[in-house]
Amino acid sequence: MREMIATRDAYGKALVALGEREPRVVVLDGDLSSSTKTGMFAKRFPDRFFNMGIAEQNLMGTAAGLAAAGKIPYASTFAIFASGRAWEQVRQSIAYAELNVKIVATHSGVTVGEDGGSHQSVEDISLMRSIPGMTVIVPADAVETEKVIMEIARHKGPMFVRLGRTKVPVVFENGCDFAIGRASTIAEGTDVAIIAAGVMTAKAVDAGAKLSAMGIHARIINMSTIKPIDEAAIVHAAEQTGALVTAEEHSIIGGLGSAVAEVVVKNCPVPVEFVGIRDTFGTSGSSEELLEYFGLTASHIMASAERAIKRKKQG
Amino acid sequence: MKAVALDESRSPDTTQQTLTVDRRLEQKATAIRIDIVKMLNFARSGHTGGSLSCVEILVELFYEQMRHDPGNPALPSRDRFILSKGHAAPALYAVLADAGYFDKKELLTLRKLGTVLQGHPDSKKTRGIEVSTGSLGQGLSMGVGMALGLRIDRLDSRVYVLLGDGELQEGQVWEAAMSSAHYGLDNICAIVDRNGLQIDGAVEDIMNIEPLPDKWKGFGWNVITVDGHSFPSLRSAFRVARSVQGKPTVIIAKSLKGKGVSLFENKVHYHGVPPTDEELKIALEELTSCGR
Ligand SMILES: Cc1ncc(C[n+]2csc(CCOP(=O)(O)OP(=O)(O)O)c2C)c(N)n1
Repeated sequence: MREMIATRDAYGKALVALGEREPRVVVLDGDLSSSTKTGMFAKRFPDRFFNMGIAEQNLMGTAAGLAAAGKIPYASTFAIFASGRAWEQVRQSIAYAELNVKIVATHSGVTVGEDGGSHQSVEDISLMRSIPGMTVIVPADAVETEKVIMEIARHKGPMFVRLGRTKVPVVFENGCDFAIGRASTIAEGTDVAIIAAGVMTAKAVDAGAKLSAMGIHARIINMSTIKPIDEAAIVHAAEQTGALVTAEEHSIIGGLGSAVAEVVVKNCPVPVEFVGIRDTFGTSGSSEELLEYFGLTASHIMASAERAIKRKKQG
Repeated sequence: MKAVALDESRSPDTTQQTLTVDRRLEQKATAIRIDIVKMLNFARSGHTGGSLSCVEILVELFYEQMRHDPGNPALPSRDRFILSKGHAAPALYAVLADAGYFDKKELLTLRKLGTVLQGHPDSKKTRGIEVSTGSLGQGLSMGVGMALGLRIDRLDSRVYVLLGDGELQEGQVWEAAMSSAHYGLDNICAIVDRNGLQIDGAVEDIMNIEPLPDKWKGFGWNVITVDGHSFPSLRSAFRVARSVQGKPTVIIAKSLKGKGVSLFENKVHYHGVPPTDEELKIALEELTSCGR
């Protein structure tokens, strides 16, 4: 059994370590510091933490101002409020001026669970990806999250990091070498390539193992940087496997699947199957139930892989 | 059709009938609280503190103040209610079920996959819910739209919007406050559940909202401050609100987060945590003893 850790917990820990190392780091939250785990930073560095209250637009504007004053703000709230409520502040105040704000949003996707559709962002990748110059990162597990949180402090510019509420399996037990804009190949294969991000990476790994038992060799790619996307990795996968599957805990409109398709249709048209949420809002239920309900499981990935391979053969 | 009749089915004895309205409402409030803690415990997640703090406000509205018909939720002349602090949905669901909008047994499906009772109010799924809320700060704006629509149609219905005090930190609330006064919407009545707490701590420590009455006054509102757990005070405030012409009224209802269960009262921890089985037992003991 793989260890289970929520990416938000990894964030809270990493932020404290980063705070020790980098004095310019400041953190903002919107009355959710116990949930986003920025509370750990607040406890350690009370003078560098600002709880802005329930006011996400002002939170993003203030983060922009802190960046303009030479700080490295990490701005946190739930993904739906960071990307939705404060979208235009993120666009105008932060991205338009190319300010160095790191938006780290937790509680993304349907794994929010029981709170229901109002709180489940299935559009945030799409919303953030469409803003010029915005880097978008979706870590797969706690190990990668920690790497991401450290790494983004070393690169200037607006960035959006998408984290989750529930515990997810650790995929990178032996560490990972995260670099912005670079995909990592978890397993090699030439029959089909499964490109996944976030909670779906672990499911892709599971699907890959089961496919291989069936004699289907799937390449498993963790595409944690959705923007700028690793075009070379996608083109290679398309050329070498001829069949792709994308898997994300997000709407198939505008997310990872769309980003991959944009690269594929331009460079190397091959069949692509999309595992993701199909133009619908979330709903109340437990995380695991909802992953099943919305077709975000290893077996859905396997079925999609088989479909993609079939389409390749029909070519 | 004004205010649905109180449910007297389980109180056939005559002593019960001689009780004053307030005593009966108090018993109603206790029964609602019992439903709330049970549903939250069964759901294994949800917001305890802020549901318990607004029970009297909801009970007074749905049983004494509002014109509404559980048999016909689309009645054009109904008064409207918006739970802007949508996380208090369990309180509203318990009241709606008791009033007859849907079967009480639905309450135990709260937050489960396939339920009509979503974690936050969903107007597409639940009978009696006017608009969907849950993302804080948006309810009053929708209330302004409804009030304007009612005015166009020359309907005398009123619009009630319940907000949290932490929620007032959202800028949109004040944009809506400004427009309510600008349009002279005396058919709007906002109620602030002033329990003093939010998630990360006390409202005054996280982001102070005082001087609160002055803020609303400055935005052109009539302001009334009351004890949010006293039926007579709430009732007279609603009466005054109805009589004020040319401007909206806000009722600042001073309340206790977690009201009714000592274990939860004024404790920030119980904002978004449901009662455990053990806590439920203690809560039910306290609630049933005070309901007698
Ligand atoms: C826009 C938005 N930001 C954040 C949240 C998360 N949230 C849910 S309840 C809550 C605190 C609400 O405090 P208050 O309004 O005082 O409500 P009460 O204490 O009465 O429960 C927060 C921050 C939210 N639901 N919506």
